[in-house]
Amino acid sequence: MNTQRMAATVAAYQPGETVALFVPCYIDQLYPHIGQAVVTLLERLKVPLVYPAEQTCCGQPAFNSGYWEEARKVVRHFARVFAPYRWIVVPSGSCATMARVFFEQVDDRAETVAVGRRVFEFSEFLVNVLGVVDTGARFPHRITYHDSCHARRELRVLDPPRRLIGAVRACTFIELPRGEECCGFGGTFSVKLAGTSLAMGRDKVKAIVESGAEVVVSGDASCLLHLGGILQRDPALRHIRTMHLAELLVAG
Amino acid sequence: MNQAQGMIFDLAATAGLAEPHAPAVVAASAARAVHSKEVVTARIPQWQTWRDAAHRVKAYTIAHLDRLLVQFEQQVTARGGKVLWAEDAAQANAIILDLARARGVRTVVKGKSMATEEIGLNHALEAAGIRPMETDLGEYIVQLAGQRPSHIIGPAMHLSAGDVGKLFADKLGIPYTEVPEELLAEARKRLRRDYVEAEMGVSGVNFGVADNGMLVVVENEGNAGLSMAAPHIHVAVMGIEKLIPRMADLPVFLNVLARSGTGQQLSTYTHLISGAVPPRELVVVLLDNGRTRILADRAARQALYCIRCGACLNVCPVYRRAGGWAYGWAYPGPIGAVTTPHLVPLQLSGELPFASSLCGACQEACPVKIDIPHQLLHLRHRAVTEPSPMRSWNERWLWRLWAWGMSGRRRYWLLTWLGLRLGLPLVRRSPWKPGKAGAWLRAWERGRELPTLPERSFKSWWRARKP
Repeated sequence: MNTQRMAATVAAYQPGETVALFVPCYIDQLYPHIGQAVVTLLERLKVPLVYPAEQTCCGQPAFNSGYWEEARKVVRHFARVFAPYRWIVVPSGSCATMARVFFEQVDDRAETVAVGRRVFEFSEFLVNVLGVVDTGARFPHRITYHDSCHARRELRVLDPPRRLIGAVRACTFIELPRGEECCGFGGTFSVKLAGTSLAMGRDKVKAIVESGAEVVVSGDASCLLHLGGILQRDPALRHIRTMHLAELLVAG
Repeated sequence: MNQAQGMIFDLAATAGLAEPHAPAVVAASAARAVHSKEVVTARIPQWQTWRDAAHRVKAYTIAHLDRLLVQFEQQVTARGGKVLWAEDAAQANAIILDLARARGVRTVVKGKSMATEEIGLNHALEAAGIRPMETDLGEYIVQLAGQRPSHIIGPAMHLSAGDVGKLFADKLGIPYTEVPEELLAEARKRLRRDYVEAEMGVSGVNFGVADNGMLVVVENEGNAGLSMAAPHIHVAVMGIEKLIPRMADLPVFLNVLARSGTGQQLSTYTHLISGAVPPRELVVVLLDNGRTRILADRAARQALYCIRCGACLNVCPVYRRAGGWAYGWAYPGPIGAVTTPHLVPLQLSGELPFASSLCGACQEACPVKIDIPHQLLHLRHRAVTEPSPMRSWNERWLWRLWAWGMSGRRRYWLLTWLGLRLGLPLVRRSPWKPGKAGAWLRAWERGRELPTLPERSFKSWWRARKP
C-alpha cells in the first residue's frame, strides 16, 4: 500500500491533545447537524476540540474538475488554517482523501503536504487512533452502510465504521449487496454525466431496497446527498432515510 | 488514430443531459467477466505479489525502453526476422501495404489485434483492394456487422447470441440459430478457406521478449495460430510498450493476463514465435503512434504498463452503462480514457478523462496496478488548461470565484450566502438558468431532489454556542 496513506496512523495520540475539527463546506452549509454530532461525540469522549473559524473547504471540487490552479489557492488556505494542529479530524472520507493523498498533486510545498497527512477520517480516528468502538449509542432500526469509494479504495477505511456500528445497541446491520460499486455521485461527475450518474445511483438505491434497511448510513454525506436526492424523488422510497455515521453514533 | 463509428462522450455539448447508452448485454457480460476473474484469483494467495511484480517489471521496461527496444530488434533480426519502425498509424499502414503489394497479396487473415484497430489497418487494406479477414470469432462478427469492437477482449460484447444469429442469417444466408456452438461452427467452416487462400497473416503481440527476440501471442480459438502459420509471411504489429526484458519475466504476465482478461488460469494457446526460417518471413512492425508522448509525460507514464486485459472495462460502472463505442477510439473504458488523449489531440478526446466518477475500481482490478484514477485527474487538468472541448471560460470563472470565496471566513460567508441562500432559490424558481451553474442545476434536478437548506450553518451554530 502507498505509504502516504498510512503515514497518518504512525504517530500515537496522547490523551489531552487538542484535535482540530474540519467541517467540510457542504456539511457546514447543508448538514450542520452532522458537524454537531461529531462535536457531541468527541466532547463525550473528553477530546479537547477546537474549530478553527477561518476554515472553508479542502479544495476537492476544483481539483477533481481539473482546475488545479484554483484548487491550489484553497488547499493553501486549508494548510495555513490547520498548520498549528497535530490532529485534524473530518467527518468525510472524501475530504480526508483530498488532504492526505492529493494535496501533494496540487501543491509541492512540504508544509502543505505535511498538514494534509495529519487529516483523519472520523471513523478511523475513533477506532484506529482513540481506540473507541462503543460510543454508547442506541438505534432500534435496520440499517445498512454505504462506503464511499475514497474511503474504500484510497484510505482503505472499511473496518472502523463496521466496528462502530457493531457496538450500537438494538441496531440490526445488513451489509449492502454489491457494496463495492460506486453510487455515482463523483462530485461534478453527477452533473457533467448526469444520466450515467443517475443510472448508477438508481442501481445503488435498488441494492439499498434489496437489503431491506430502513436507514442507509455512510461516512460521506456527499454520497448521501446524491442517494437521498434519488430516494426523495420517488414517493415509494421516501421512507428510506439517509444518515451520517456520526449521527448514528450519538443516537439514543 | 482511427475514430470509431458511434458515439463519444460529448460533455461540452450535452451539459450533463444525455450520454451514450449501451444495450444491457454489456453490463451483464462485464459482470460475468468480473465474477470469473474473482473466482480464479481468489484461489491464488500470492495474487497481490504477482500484481506488484508485474508492475515492477513494466516500470523497469518503460524506464529502459530505449535500450530494450534496440536489444529486441537485434535479437529478432539475429533469428531471421525483420523489424520495421513506424512513427504513426499512416507509416505502419504504409509499411504493411508495401509488404503486401510486393508479394501480390489479395487476402490477409488477421488474429485479434488492438494495435491494428488503433491504426485502422482494415480500412487501409480495403482501400488498396486487399481483403482483410478477421478470424477471431468476436472480431469476425463485428467485421461482418460493419461495426467496431466495443471491448478489448470481447469485441462483440454488445451483441447477444440472438443478435449474432440474426446477423449470420442476414449476411451469410444460413437459417437462424442462437446456439453459440452452431454459430461458431459456421464461422469456422468459412474461415478455413481463408486460411488456405491468404497470402499474408497479421497478428498483434502480447509480449515481445527483449533478451531473445521472442514474440508471445496468447489466444483461445486457435485462429491466431493459423493466421500466423498458414501464410508465408507473418506481420506482427506491436506497440513499443509491449516489451518485457527477459524470458524469465514471462510467466508472471501469462498468469495475470489470462486471469484478469478472461478468468482463465492460462489462455488455451500460448504461441512463442522465434524468428523465421526462409522462405517463411516474419516482420515485426514496432508502433509508436503517440506512445513516446506518454513516455514524455511523467504523470502519465504508467498508461504504458497496460497489457490490454480488459479488466478495468469490466469493473467500470461508466463503461458498463455507456459501452465501448462511447469512448470514440480503439481503446474503450478507463484505460482508453487515459490512453486515447495522448494518441489523438485533446481537442478530439478532452472529454474522455471526465467520463469517470473516479471510483477507483479500475485501479483495483488492474493486474499491473496502473494508477488510472490519478491519471484521469492529471488529464482533466490538462483538458481544461490546453485547447479541448472541456476548456471553458465560463467554468473557469466559476472556479475562480469559488476559489476566492473559499480563501477566507468573510468571503466564504458572502459566497455561500449569495450562492445558496440568495441565488439558488431565485434560480430554481426562474425559468432562466444561465451558464454552467444553471446547466448543472438542471442536470441535478433531472432525477434528484435538492436538500432543504437548514436554518443556520455549522459555523453560525458554533459561534452562538461558544461565546
